[in-house]
Amino acid sequence: MESSLTKVGLWFALLVLSILAVAGAQDSGFAVHMWIFAAVAFGGMWITAARYDPLARVQGIFHMPTDPTRYDDDPIRWGVIATMFWGTAGFLAGLFIALQLAFPALNFEPYLNFGRVRPLHTSAVIFAFGGNALIATSFYVVQRTCRARLAFPALARFVFWGYQLFIVLAASGYLMGVTQSREYAEPEWYVDIWLTIVWLSYAAVFIGTIVRRHEPHIYVANWFYLAFILTVAMLHVVNNLAVPVSFLGSRSYSAFAGVQDALTQWWYGHNAVGFFLTAGFLAMMYYFVPKQAERPVYSYRLSIIHFWSLIFLYIWAGPHHLHYTALPDWAQTLGMVFSVMLWMPSWGGMINGLMTLNGAWDKVRTDPIIRMMVMALAFYGMSTFEGPMLSIKSVNSLSHYTDWTIGHVHSGALGWNGMITFACVYYLVPRLWKRERLYSLRMINWHFWLATIGIVFYAASMWVAGITQGLMWREYGADGYLVNSFADTVSALHPMYLMRAFGGLLYLSGFVIMLVNVWKTIAGCIRVEVPMSDAAFDPEKDRPIATNRAAVSGAAIPAE
Amino acid sequence: MDYNTLRHLADSWGLLAMLAIFVSLCAWPFRPGARSRNRDAATLIFKDDNDG
Repeated sequence: MESSLTKVGLWFALLVLSILAVAGAQDSGFAVHMWIFAAVAFGGMWITAARYDPLARVQGIFHMPTDPTRYDDDPIRWGVIATMFWGTAGFLAGLFIALQLAFPALNFEPYLNFGRVRPLHTSAVIFAFGGNALIATSFYVVQRTCRARLAFPALARFVFWGYQLFIVLAASGYLMGVTQSREYAEPEWYVDIWLTIVWLSYAAVFIGTIVRRHEPHIYVANWFYLAFILTVAMLHVVNNLAVPVSFLGSRSYSAFAGVQDALTQWWYGHNAVGFFLTAGFLAMMYYFVPKQAERPVYSYRLSIIHFWSLIFLYIWAGPHHLHYTALPDWAQTLGMVFSVMLWMPSWGGMINGLMTLNGAWDKVRTDPIIRMMVMALAFYGMSTFEGPMLSIKSVNSLSHYTDWTIGHVHSGALGWNGMITFACVYYLVPRLWKRERLYSLRMINWHFWLATIGIVFYAASMWVAGITQGLMWREYGADGYLVNSFADTVSALHPMYLMRAFGGLLYLSGFVIMLVNVWKTIAGCIRVEVPMSDAAFDPEKDRPIATNRAAVSGAAIPAE
Repeated sequence: MDYNTLRHLADSWGLLAMLAIFVSLCAWPFRPGARSRNRDAATLIFKDDNDG
């Protein structure tokens, strides 16, 4: 009783502080965010005081098993639900902005214009969809590979809900125009501080579980997760060093100036790709691909070389985002050289994942989840080949600032990150909800093909658009003047923008099929369907050979 | 310690030290006797029949 009274007091103090912050707010965006904090504090206070447990009700809606189990899977189930939810939001936002580029009339000022919805889309797919998938799978993998329960259960729940609050603050901020204009790090200083708290708690839960492990060896997937967690913490803190104009306002100014600021930003930006979208998702690959294929990873040695090469090389590749800028030439060349070197470990990792299926290649035909994983690895290989190529200065002079870059990012994000996440969620849902199997395997197949064809439309149209743009921008006439105005390139790209939006629609449709499949699995339904593959059976040939042979040749039948 | 001293340190001894660390970390799984440890590590995820 006493402790619950203290809790109510703490929530109440937080509520009062938030309302005071609203009263003193310097701008409306900050005030809205403090209202959000106040609402959370009020909710916490009400739940504690009334001993009402809305989470139990929601757990009922999502049919979450509550009986005690060997591992602490509750935060993982929440993570899977959140991944599905934010995936829907992120993909819808993506389709919307793709249509805005094709039909500018869809720019609804001021809240839903392209400039505000674009960071909403990137953050929703990378940090909300991808981030929740990473947190959920890391909690799943670390418990299984360490044979230990999560170290700090209460802190793990705080990580999940605190991260959702971060997403809500970031997304609502973008729509209100609250941004510090740093790519993939748009949230302002107070949201950054909140994320730092959540992220350090995440690190504590993960490292705590590893420390308490009952397995002497730390499996390689955990190395990748650990690299992802620690590096993202470092990148986030350094890149977001800033001085707020007022402690009750949303504006802040970066601690760095000029080209140092740009380099810090792209040191962060490229390593967000390297450690969030690559190392973290490779951790998923190194656990779930061997598990689904039911055979160990092709080469454990190669996985360790893959790990150290990524760690040592990726961190230097950022300057390739600043080719032909005020950044010193040697730094640009350094970034280019390290990017090209990255090709080798990336392909080593891809080969390691694919060769795990060595001797079981038939699973690509019979198991749609394996098929999805193989496609993810294929796209990992393609985009990690395209990336080093684009980082070469002479190629970059054509491709930079064009849609080729957007196509490259999406072949990595939709193909590699999206596909491996889908495969892992398909793997996890029946296990987490104690179901016999997924609702439907054939629907995974539909998802697979819709997503794959969607990516092909996306990547192909953006290659054409990017090269068109690059060539039109650099075209000089005999008089020494540029031939094309910017608007000329925009109208030339219209058909490609339509094809890109169509590709996005296909990808989203595949995801809707996944939503149905996951929901039905959670609800405990099983679709009656013809299996994906069966042993061949021909009744014509299924008869004894004896009478036939004896009748034709009259020879003795050999004993078999 | 001005900028120039630091950058000369970085592209000589610093670079060499990083390379040495990197090469030894990559060579570590190839040390004698590591083969069976690697195999155990790779198969440890299959030890439990049910990961529920």
